Amino acid sequence: MFMFEKALVGGRRYWGWVLLLCVAVALGLVCYLRQLELGLGVTGLSRDVSWGLYIAQFTFFVGVAASAVMVVLPYYLHDCKAFGKITILGEFLAVAAVVMCMLFIFVDMGQPMRVLNVMLYPTPNSLMFWDMLSLSGYLMLNAVIALTMLSAERKEVAPPRWIKPVIILSIPWAISIHTVTAFLYSGLPGRGLWLTAVLAPRFLASAFASGPALLILLSLLLRRVSRFDVGREGIQKLSVIVTYAMALNVFLIGVEMFTAFYSRIPEHAEHFRYLYVGLDGHARLVPWMWTSAALTVAALVLLLIPGVRRNHTALAMACAGVFASLWIDKGMGLIVGGFIPSPLGAVTNYVPTWTEWLIVVGIWALGSLMVTVFYKIVISVRAPG
Amino acid sequence: MRDRVPIVCGLLIFVALFTVPVWRGLAAHTPARQPELKLPETEKHCVAPVEYMRRAHMQMLIDWRDSAVRRGERTFTAYDGRKYNISLTQTCLGQCHVERKDFCDRCHSYAGVSGPYCFDCHADRMLKTAAAGADGAMLAAQRGTR
Amino acid sequence: MKMTRKEFLRVMGLAAAGAGAGTLFTVVTPKMLADTVAAKADAKPRWAMVVDFQKCRFGEDCEQCLAACKEAHNLPEVSSRAHEIKWVWKERFETVFPEQQTDYTRQAYVKHPLPVLCNHCDDPPCVRVCPTQATWKRADGVVMMDYHRCIGCRYCMAGCPYGSRSFNFEDPKPRVARPNPEFPTRTKGVVEKCNFCEERLAKGQMPACVEKCKQKAMTFGDLRDPNGPVRRLLAARYAIRRRTELGTGPGVYYLI
Repeated sequence: MFMFEKALVGGRRYWGWVLLLCVAVALGLVCYLRQLELGLGVTGLSRDVSWGLYIAQFTFFVGVAASAVMVVLPYYLHDCKAFGKITILGEFLAVAAVVMCMLFIFVDMGQPMRVLNVMLYPTPNSLMFWDMLSLSGYLMLNAVIALTMLSAERKEVAPPRWIKPVIILSIPWAISIHTVTAFLYSGLPGRGLWLTAVLAPRFLASAFASGPALLILLSLLLRRVSRFDVGREGIQKLSVIVTYAMALNVFLIGVEMFTAFYSRIPEHAEHFRYLYVGLDGHARLVPWMWTSAALTVAALVLLLIPGVRRNHTALAMACAGVFASLWIDKGMGLIVGGFIPSPLGAVTNYVPTWTEWLIVVGIWALGSLMVTVFYKIVISVRAPG
Repeated sequence: MRDRVPIVCGLLIFVALFTVPVWRGLAAHTPARQPELKLPETEKHCVAPVEYMRRAHMQMLIDWRDSAVRRGERTFTAYDGRKYNISLTQTCLGQCHVERKDFCDRCHSYAGVSGPYCFDCHADRMLKTAAAGADGAMLAAQRGTR
Repeated sequence: MKMTRKEFLRVMGLAAAGAGAGTLFTVVTPKMLADTVAAKADAKPRWAMVVDFQKCRFGEDCEQCLAACKEAHNLPEVSSRAHEIKWVWKERFETVFPEQQTDYTRQAYVKHPLPVLCNHCDDPPCVRVCPTQATWKRADGVVMMDYHRCIGCRYCMAGCPYGSRSFNFEDPKPRVARPNPEFPTRTKGVVEKCNFCEERLAKGQMPACVEKCKQKAMTFGDLRDPNGPVRRLLAARYAIRRRTELGTGPGVYYLI
């Protein structure tokens, strides 16, 4: 049923890419074993900045996973035929993204062997409990949906009737996984950067910009390396979605900044000050944040021009800009910025170590490997030869 | 059978790998007879009957852990009516089995039990290093890390 | 009717899922109930601490409470500030109470250090966010840590608005200067914090920091006892607590 054998047939370029990914995964694994042995001291984390690159990646990729709803909803609920070919790609991307999220959480744990305690001692008042439930559920939902739809297509029969309610369920579930992730942060009384009601909408807006942007890039790539073409119309509609979502995201960041800087309440303003100007002479993240801001503005301006969206080279650049700028803003900016300054006003610099980066790259490689295998299977079914 | 040679080689490698525990045991001179335990000198009765302890001391320790840490109940009444302070370090290791390697480790290494990491924190070495003084402390604790 | 291989696998999968769900209900739920029921001890004292700023002589390099806590609980001496473990430590007045500071209080209190520790709040955010109940609030007010259950997710550290918690980034045992045999060490990968010396409270003793303070600047007692030392101090002098606007209800009072 899984059609895995379709991923074992490929040319030299395919196997070269797969090998490269496997090497990266192996390297990440070796680094993780070192972290297991010595403890999280091998990372750049500190008593003040207790969450860093791992949790930042988790936060960002939950958004990418949730963004599958942006193709599923129009296609299944509103019969938008343009998304006919791209929906399956979105669903498989969601599966890979959720697996990456779970791995990022796993490598961040101090005592990973005890992670099942979250299930053995259910704690409904903790958002992390709900996060584990919603991520696991979302993974199962998308895996079942994608595999069922694809194998029905391969057998050239209609998909079974029970899949429709499952697909409908995945739509609010996608919204919920990212809302739960936002709630992890937005309910903490001591963290001024996160204690804002607009965090959940901001997460969703940035998710619906970064996820479809990645999907567009992957679709354009697939057109280059195979015969699989998702169709012009699908890409066009998706690029409109990215544009709207990005505009909303910029607006929400703007309103946050207004509240922080107009009210001048130190708890809120200081985190933004650290990120964009620096605090007490510490300005490590400032170049990153301004790069992200520049990329955001440039990408949004480009996307707003219909001519740009029609030109696939320009569109690819704009989507890459969207993805990179949101990765910086939601990843490093949001998580690290939330911890600096600390509750006692201290500024502790956070610089990820090589071990940390290699583990992150290893997990990215594993996600990419999953996407590669899944898309290979899709191409073999849809556009054989 | 053209592939006789690789097949036989493969089979031999498999058999060698499969029997690795036997080779390792022989190399380590692990005795076949049961381990000899050094029993405590002063105490003759354990907190529970020997048969129960053999079977379920891990379960009892988990119950003790939850009782002391999560419920704050630190007194245990044994089957013979004696009361004990619930503490792995002070009661089990402190009063009776003072040298872990003479008692606990003997059965654990014989049976290949590597799971319990209780000793990572509740170390009997701590008792000795405190007595030996601060200089020996860091060194001994370092050796006791794994 | 003959069963196909696919149907057989499907039935096996459902059976496994059912067995898993059954285990969840028969094993996990009683465990969960046992924990919550047992945690409700007899509601007796509500422990609190009062720090007398005037008596505290930190300005003259006194660190007795810090040293007492370190020795009593096998705190490691960690060289890098990033990985330090501190249960009670000193901070300057203006960082502890930033909202209290103006240009005009500079002479009186600024730069004068005072001890900070876990506040053992009435409504602790750390307890609210812990996914495994590895930290919980006892009926007597002490916010407890169970190092056996902690998975090291550090959500409690993000949740604490006071920065009271420390994480073991490495194995602490080699760095413990003078091990105390009566208290275990911790392992790498778990979070720890001041526990109001609950192991000493169980024996009827005062917390180590309170006992060792030469200036008698720290008072510890039952907030529910109207004639107790804590209530008498609070009735006599003005006291402030850290960040009360957050609704946490801290249990550490500072007499100004």
